[in-house]
Amino acid sequence: MDAHLTCDAERQFSNGITVEARFEIPGPGFSVTVLFGPSGSGKTTALRLLAGLERAHRGSIHMGGVCWSDAARGIHRPPQNRNLGFLPQAYSLFPHLSVAANLSYGLMLLSHGERSMRVEQLLTLLDLEGLGDRQPGGLSGGEQQRVALGRALAPQPRLLLLDEPLSALDHPSQLRLRKELRELLRTLDIPTVLVTHDRAEALHLGDRLVVMDQGRVCQSGDIQQVFDRPTDPAVARILGVETVVRGRVESVIDGLATVAVGPARILAADPGGLGHQAFVCIRGEDVAVERGCGPGAESTARNRLPARITSLQPEGSLLRIGLDCGFPLEALVTRQACHDLGLTEGDQVCVILKAAAVHLIPHD
Amino acid sequence: MDWEAIRLSLWLASLTTLVLLIIGLPLAYWLAFSPRPWKFLVEAVVAMPLVLPPTVLGFYLLLAMGPRHPLGRAWERLFGHTLPFSFEGLLIASVLYSLPFMVQPLAAAFASVDRGLIEASWCLGVSRFRTFFRVIAPLSWAGILTGLVLSFAHTLGEFGVVLMVGGNLPGRTRTVSIAIYDQVQAMDYAPAARTAALLLGVSFLVLAFTYALRRHQRKPWTLI
Repeated sequence: MDAHLTCDAERQFSNGITVEARFEIPGPGFSVTVLFGPSGSGKTTALRLLAGLERAHRGSIHMGGVCWSDAARGIHRPPQNRNLGFLPQAYSLFPHLSVAANLSYGLMLLSHGERSMRVEQLLTLLDLEGLGDRQPGGLSGGEQQRVALGRALAPQPRLLLLDEPLSALDHPSQLRLRKELRELLRTLDIPTVLVTHDRAEALHLGDRLVVMDQGRVCQSGDIQQVFDRPTDPAVARILGVETVVRGRVESVIDGLATVAVGPARILAADPGGLGHQAFVCIRGEDVAVERGCGPGAESTARNRLPARITSLQPEGSLLRIGLDCGFPLEALVTRQACHDLGLTEGDQVCVILKAAAVHLIPHD
Repeated sequence: MDWEAIRLSLWLASLTTLVLLIIGLPLAYWLAFSPRPWKFLVEAVVAMPLVLPPTVLGFYLLLAMGPRHPLGRAWERLFGHTLPFSFEGLLIASVLYSLPFMVQPLAAAFASVDRGLIEASWCLGVSRFRTFFRVIAPLSWAGILTGLVLSFAHTLGEFGVVLMVGGNLPGRTRTVSIAIYDQVQAMDYAPAARTAALLLGVSFLVLAFTYALRRHQRKPWTLI
């Protein structure tokens, strides 16, 4: 990967906590890097180090061949000179300025005519026509989010930083805006770094994942790779117990989507907004295992997949069964059930999955 | 009524307020945003005139302005006259005496501006200096108004410092409060009552006007 931005910086806080920001992003075109982790893991601090709102105590940040920060040489380029767009979590719209004045706030260097042209463009791009004269206080949450995004985009930044861009919205709006946001970022064609603690949001919006915990970067890389192969149990715990695999959407009929994952076909409830690609998420608790894989008894479960047992791992009173059904899958069953069926490694079994228990996250 | 003293008082209060605004904006900004651990020392010095007897402040100012002190001598070399018992001396004394009445409302207002708004402005490429005038100052208008009004009203009503530093020279250092004192000393109650009523009325109107403008502010305000 030809790194466009290299970040290897650290900040120490007076309470002894150290937060490191260590990752690279490709560029300069479209890509979304997600800083992911539980609250308090240091994601926002990492983003603020990138923005220049926090000064690094160690390490350096380079963007497109330019040094933004180098603690050893005492270099700290202030946020004003980094040419970035920053979307704060609370949006932070200027309450004393109209929507149009908020959008043109960072365009001081342009002439009056150019400024109003750019504002018109942004109002159209973000579907905010007719709201230019309104005050931010009178806008809905979704409108505020779009104005804040437009304000950050107005000066045509070379890097976009989004801090929990959707967390202030209600759930239905979040689902709708995820799709819109990714499409918008693709049209803008600039690299984006996004902070979130929501796994579905990370999967929907991100291309690359940086997993953070307790101020440390645990793992970073392509989003599918990180979900496939968490480097240690801490990462696996942060990512959650689910199996997450990328699939190709083949058809959507009557609210039921067919997704091809490797050689397997999985039926799942249509979450809406499906394109060509999607992440398939399956919780271990929702996977049942049967001996043999005949044509199948009558059942409401839509998915019956032949599989081979690759591992058996006790987990308290439960047993985690690693399965290979063309893609890796994990099942969580009671020890008793496993004992009764006499399951061992290498056995051929049948995996049973309800379509309603398969969770699809669109990802185009 | 002593119109000369009233004119002098209004002129002194206006100039003091103007000078305090120029000094107060950067000083209050520093107090509101500086991370220096010894900031509290500066805060204490700024607040001193609130608790010191005016005569004590006046006494030290008189010493500093006098011909035996380097400051006083430097002023004399530069401007050809001494500071005590002059209008300039009175102005300097008033500025110091009313300093907390300007700086504290300003600093409180600046500090209560949402940090996120300031950072959003920086990230949009706007300098700290311009951010102050485009975001912090407009959102602190109520605090700035309070600082202006309190500084003006406080200077209008000062007595002890004026008497110590300015003396009682008609047309140059004799302010309203001293005129009233003189009239009472001379058992001349009728003009004293008129001047006092005027001060009372002006003070009330100015404060009522300020409170009226600020009545929609959600935060309960402290006077200083």
